[in-house]
Amino acid sequence: MTQPHDPRGNLVRPYAVTRGRTEPIRDIPIEAVLVASSAAVQEARFAGHDKYRIAVLCEPKAQSLAELAALTRLPLGVARVLVADMVADGLLTLHSAAPRKGFTERMDLLGRVLSGLRKL
Amino acid sequence: MDFASSERAGAPPSEITSAKIVIAGGFGVGKTTLVGAVSEIEPLTTEAVMTAAGAGIDDASKVPEKGTTTVAMDFGRITMAEDLILYLFGTPGQTRFWFMWDELIRGAVGAAVLVDTRRLTDAFAPLDYFENRHLPYLVAVNCFDGAPRYEAEEVREALAIPARVPLIMCDARHRESVKAVLIGVVEHAMNTLVAEHEQGVGVG
Repeated sequence: MTQPHDPRGNLVRPYAVTRGRTEPIRDIPIEAVLVASSAAVQEARFAGHDKYRIAVLCEPKAQSLAELAALTRLPLGVARVLVADMVADGLLTLHSAAPRKGFTERMDLLGRVLSGLRKL
Repeated sequence: MDFASSERAGAPPSEITSAKIVIAGGFGVGKTTLVGAVSEIEPLTTEAVMTAAGAGIDDASKVPEKGTTTVAMDFGRITMAEDLILYLFGTPGQTRFWFMWDELIRGAVGAAVLVDTRRLTDAFAPLDYFENRHLPYLVAVNCFDGAPRYEAEEVREALAIPARVPLIMCDARHRESVKAVLIGVVEHAMNTLVAEHEQGVGVG
């Protein structure tokens, strides 16, 4: 790395959009999907540029945290802080990741994924 | 709002479940190719900024900007039903970013470790990683054109893969072959779960 580099570049700029916060108010798995109602998208207009972009992406189609980070080009940690705020503010609905406990629940999910793959 | 109280066509289902399968392996082994072979979207890349928290986990001289660097993960998506989405996440190529692997495997239904027979030794670190984690995984040997062809048992022996870990040959470019890998992962996860359940081992 011989290129001149602002040591704050990678770190400070992304987290400026979260006002410097690096910890989300709740943990959100990268594969958990989020959905915005059209009313929420309207409301998100006043929540700032990045939150609005996130809401717009989640209105027509459920998007995972990973997709939101990739599509907005925000680092994962930054997207997670913003998305967690939006869930708390009622702008996004958080859906569940695969169950981690319960034999029946986990077997049901695996069975559904298996038949989904076979139908591909 | 005439549709407010009725179920509008196209309205999202009340609960959408998403699951993920992790595709692991060394750099350039074909993880993104495999993901792309079955994903309904062009594989996307998400980046995590590694901060000082990652310092000390590895030789910092290999990290471009000590203190902060970026780890990239490619992933794809398969919408299986209105209320079920499967994501496929490729691990970062550089195995030194173990902390990202830990985040990726959390809650995963299982994993496939992709192996390139031209660089078998690159598979040791990923295999060691999964051997020490509680996540069902299998080994998928990617049969590149021109790569030395080995029998499955030769690869198993060379990499000291335990008998309980399934091993299959695949071509990461071909949809049907990748489907078979993913089906193998899920079947193995189900078998593992049933075995643990029968032994009365509380997991989770």
